Amino acid sequence: MKASVGTICVKRGFMKMQKHGVIMDVTSVEQAQIAEDAGAVAVMALDKLPYDVRKAGGVARTAGLKVIEEIMDHVSIPVMAKCRIGHVYEARVLEELGVDAIDESEVLTPADEKRHIWKWDFKVPFVNGARDLGEALRRIEEGASMIRTKGEAGTGNVAEAVRHMKLVRSEIRRVRAVVEEEDWQEIVALAREFRVSYQLVYEVGRLGRLPVVNFAAGGIATPADAALMMSLGCDGIFVGSGIFKSEDPMERARAIVLATSFWDDPEIVAEAQRMIDERKSMIGIGVSELELKMQERGAEA
Amino acid sequence: MRSIKVGVLGFQGAIEEHVDITRRALKEAGLSGEVNVVRRLEEVEVLDGLIIPGGESTVIGSMMERTGIMDYLRRTRGKFPVFGTCAGMIVLSRKVKDRVLGDTNQPTAGILDVSVERNSFGRQGDSFETELEIPAIGGLYRGVFIRAPIILDVGSEVEVLCRLNGRIVAVQQEKIMATAFHPELTDDPRIHIFFIKKIISD
Repeated sequence: MKASVGTICVKRGFMKMQKHGVIMDVTSVEQAQIAEDAGAVAVMALDKLPYDVRKAGGVARTAGLKVIEEIMDHVSIPVMAKCRIGHVYEARVLEELGVDAIDESEVLTPADEKRHIWKWDFKVPFVNGARDLGEALRRIEEGASMIRTKGEAGTGNVAEAVRHMKLVRSEIRRVRAVVEEEDWQEIVALAREFRVSYQLVYEVGRLGRLPVVNFAAGGIATPADAALMMSLGCDGIFVGSGIFKSEDPMERARAIVLATSFWDDPEIVAEAQRMIDERKSMIGIGVSELELKMQERGAEA
Repeated sequence: MRSIKVGVLGFQGAIEEHVDITRRALKEAGLSGEVNVVRRLEEVEVLDGLIIPGGESTVIGSMMERTGIMDYLRRTRGKFPVFGTCAGMIVLSRKVKDRVLGDTNQPTAGILDVSVERNSFGRQGDSFETELEIPAIGGLYRGVFIRAPIILDVGSEVEVLCRLNGRIVAVQQEKIMATAFHPELTDDPRIHIFFIKKIISD
């Protein structure tokens, strides 16, 4: 048998290797090395941290390829990068460059409001954001190998991520009950509601979870935030602005990694929380004060 | 027969996948036992065997140092059954280097007398699945390699269980077993059955 690359097993399997880990947003080699030393499982390369994207306004695009390449040459952990929603050619370029995974992200300005990238056409695994089960399943049906909550990026406010994760969980419980009861008509109704295939709804009900890993993202800023998200059943954590927009990035990165691995051990989460200084946390933004809600981008597609 | 206690090291990586396939392996082998996620030294000390999953070896290794589990493996060198997959293999090895970055100086138990090269096949784009020949489990087996390491050389005590195009991808040394590939990503429990029957129970 010839070796097969880019299979479902290889793409979803790569994402499974990130489980119980922390993936950190970085904008430079220096930040990537800090992340690696602190115990990140992977880094996400982008041009600006989400907090700065909000401040800068304008169009946010994929990061410069030279920066991504430089990061790839300097850390041994996987390097992911973001592309715009629906921007097939930013994704092609990133795949060509050899990044380990692509985040088709609402943090960047969407290139296509109607359609996301058809990710089955790629050998590189994709991660997509979702606010509810229907959105998650539509992304999986397009070929996403990992789902993350959208949360509200760049705010330092974990509330939206909590809301999205709880919603996905309660919807999965609903699907599970319907599948267990073998209520075929209701499964069809759910498939129509979510705008995905009957088979995918059935699979979720049978598994009692998404068929790909499900991470938390958007607004996570402290070790306790990470532990909270893990306690809600997330498989791992993305931290964006929370680390490099704080004044104690190295300590904070280490502390968040520790709290993610030991989330159900309050003694160690407390130790992790003690490693950081709340006065050094990013200030954060209340979601109701926001002019731009990144989570709404691509949600209807 | 008494019940077998297997632990899956639960810091980071494909933990639940190993728990699931190990439970299946016990069932298919007709053995009674329990499989739990472990993260504390006290939990490891009472086990009959430990599985270290795939994930990021730098992360898993530093947590093992922190909790004293790495020292426990060093003390029990080769007598305590351990099975490492991918990152789990790396943290057991005597010597580690990265294909691109060279020597990594990352903490390892050093109890498996092999030197490994991390990310040996390349990045995720080069990850693959392929058919392997593993005589110890009865022949053909589908191996899933994710940013996989390779074993460059082995000491005289090490038995090679599998090669891929001449390169070593699975080994055993006393009670230690390691694979560069991920049996937990398949639904074939034969590798785990081998670990339980031939390494833990023997």
